[in-house]
Amino acid sequence: MLLLRRLFVTLVLLAVVGFAGFYVLTDPRVVSPSPEIGALPAADVENGKLLFSAGGCTSCHATPGQDDKWRLGGGLALESPFGTFHAPNISPHTRDGIGNWGVQDFVDAMAAGVSPSGQHLYPSFPYTSYRLMPPKALADLFAYIRTLPPVEGKAAPHDLRFPFNIRRVVGGWKLLFFERAPFRPDPAKSEAWNRGAYLVNGPGHCAECHSARNALGAIVPSTRFAGGPDPEGKGWVPNITQSEKGLAKWSKEEIAELLKTGFTPSFDNVGGSMAAVVRNIAQLPEADRMAMAEYLKSLPAIEGPERPQAKAP
Amino acid sequence: MIRTALVLAGLGLGLTAVMAQSNPIAERQQTMKAVGAATREGAAMAKGDAAFDATKAQAVFKTYADAAKKMPTLFPDSSKTGGETTAAPKIWEDQAGFKAAFAKFETDASAGATVANLDGFRTAFGAATKNCGTCHEAYRIKK
Ligand code: HEC
Ligand code: HEC
Ligand code: HEC
Repeated sequence: MLLLRRLFVTLVLLAVVGFAGFYVLTDPRVVSPSPEIGALPAADVENGKLLFSAGGCTSCHATPGQDDKWRLGGGLALESPFGTFHAPNISPHTRDGIGNWGVQDFVDAMAAGVSPSGQHLYPSFPYTSYRLMPPKALADLFAYIRTLPPVEGKAAPHDLRFPFNIRRVVGGWKLLFFERAPFRPDPAKSEAWNRGAYLVNGPGHCAECHSARNALGAIVPSTRFAGGPDPEGKGWVPNITQSEKGLAKWSKEEIAELLKTGFTPSFDNVGGSMAAVVRNIAQLPEADRMAMAEYLKSLPAIEGPERPQAKAP
Repeated sequence: MIRTALVLAGLGLGLTAVMAQSNPIAERQQTMKAVGAATREGAAMAKGDAAFDATKAQAVFKTYADAAKKMPTLFPDSSKTGGETTAAPKIWEDQAGFKAAFAKFETDASAGATVANLDGFRTAFGAATKNCGTCHEAYRIKK
C-alpha cells in the first residue's frame, strides 16, 4: 500500500517535472531567444523593397481578390493538415497591422518566430527561411513595409485542430526543427554563389515548397529542393536539384529566364503557385537571378520522393 | 483497288478525327505544345537571336488565335483526370472565367495578326505572352 502510494507520488512528481521541463524548454525566449540587433545604420528602403520582392510577402499577405498587391490587409486562407491559417494584416496600420511595432518586434517575428506579445508564431509563416536575413536586412525590409498604405481590418483567426491551436505547442516543434541563426557565407565560394545561396534559402524560401514535409509539417532535410507534394495539398512541386528529374539539363541562363518570365527551356510557362514567385523574383536585378541560378546549379543531385503515377484515363 | 484505298484512307482520316475527339486531353496538350513551339520562335525573334521575319511573326499569332478558339471545346467533364493532364479542377468550377481567359488571349493575339516590324512585334508578343502565366496560374496544376 505504502509502496503503491510512493510510486504514485513519484509518478506525479515526474509528470510535474516533465511538464515544467517542457514548459521551460518551449518558452519562446528559451527555444528561440530574441536576436541581438545592436545599433543599426539608417535603413535602406530600396534594399528593403528588393527583399520584399524576393520574399514574396504579397503572395500571402495581400488581401485576396484585389489588384493592388501592396495593400497587405491579409486574409488569404492557407490549407494545411493542421487546419486553416489566415495570413494576418501586416500593413503599417497602427491598430490592425504592424504600425505600432518597433524594429526589434519585427526582427523577433522574422528571425525567431515570436510575436510582440511573446507568443510563438506558426511556421506556416516561413520564418524558418526568413531567419537567414540578418537584422540589418530585416530593418531595411521593415522600413520598406512602413512606406506601404495602412489597411484597416483584421484577418479571420486561424481555424486549427487541437492541439495545434495552442501556440505553446510550436515551442516543441521549434525544439525539434528550428535553429535561429542568420546566413553564414562560405568564404571558399564566389560572391555570386553566396548571394544566390542567401537569396534562395533566405528571403526566396524556395525550399519551403520544393521539398517534402514530415507528419509535423517540417521539411525533410534529405529531400531539400528535391520536390514533393504541394504543402497546401494541391498537385506536386518539382525537383530543382541537379537530378535528371530536376534541373540537370538546364543552363544557368535558362534558370534565370524562368525566374524572370516563367518560361521553361521547352517554352512551357510555369503555373500554380510558382507564377506568383516568378512575378516577385522578376522584380530583382538580373545579377541576382543569375546568382540564384549559380547556386541552384551547384546543388547535388537528389532523386527525391517518387512522384505519384498519373491515373489511367 | 484505288477506290478501296480511298475508302480506307477516308475511314482512317475519320478514325483519327474520332480518336482526337475521344481523347481531348491529348488534343489539348498537342494544341498547347504548338503554342509552346510558336513561342520559342517568337522569343528568338524578340530577343534578336533570330532575324525578324514578318511572315513567321504573324504565324506565331495565328497559332495563338487558333489555339484560343479551339481550346475551350477540349475540356468535357469526362476529361477532368487521366493521361498526364495538368488541368486544374478550377477549369470546371469556373467555366466562365476559363473561357474569358481564352477570349482575352485571342484578342491579344489578333492584335499581332498584321505586325510588320520588330518593334510592333515585340509589343504584341509581350502582351500576348502575358496570358500564358496568368492562365496557367489559375487553371493548371502539376501533379
Ligand atoms: C506562405 C505564406 C506567407 C508568406 C510568403 C509570408 N508570410 Fe508572413 N505570415 C504568414 C502567416 C500564416 C502568418 C501568421 C502566423 C501566426 O499567426 O503564427 C504570418 C505572420 C507574419 C507576421 C506576424 C504578424 C503578427 O501580427 O504577429 C509578420 C510580421 C509577417 N508575417 C511578415 C512577413 C513578411 C515581411 C513576409 C515577406 C518577407 C512574409 N510575412 C511572407 C504567412 C506568410
Ligand atoms: C509557393 C510555392 C513555391 C515557392 C516558394 C517556389 N516554388 Fe518553384 N515551383 C513551384 C511549383 C508549384 C512549380 C511547378 C509549376 C509548374 O510547372 O506549373 C515550381 C516550378 C519551379 C521551377 C521549374 C521546374 C521544372 O522542372 O519545370 C523552378 C526552376 C523553380 N520552381 C524554382 C524556384 C526557385 C528558385 C524558388 C525560390 C525563389 C522557388 N521555385 C520557389 C512552387 C514554388
Ligand atoms: C486561358 C488558358 C491558357 C492560356 C492563355 C495558355 N495556356 Fe497553356 N495550358 C493551359 C492548360 C489548361 C494546360 C493544361 C492542359 C492539360 O494538361 O490538360 C496548358 C498546358 C500548356 C503546355 C503543356 C502541354 C503539354 O505538353 O502537356 C504548354 C507547353 C503550354 N500550355 C504553353 C503555353 C504558352 C507558351 C502560352 C502563352 C503563349 C499558353 N500556354 C497560354 C491553358 C492555357
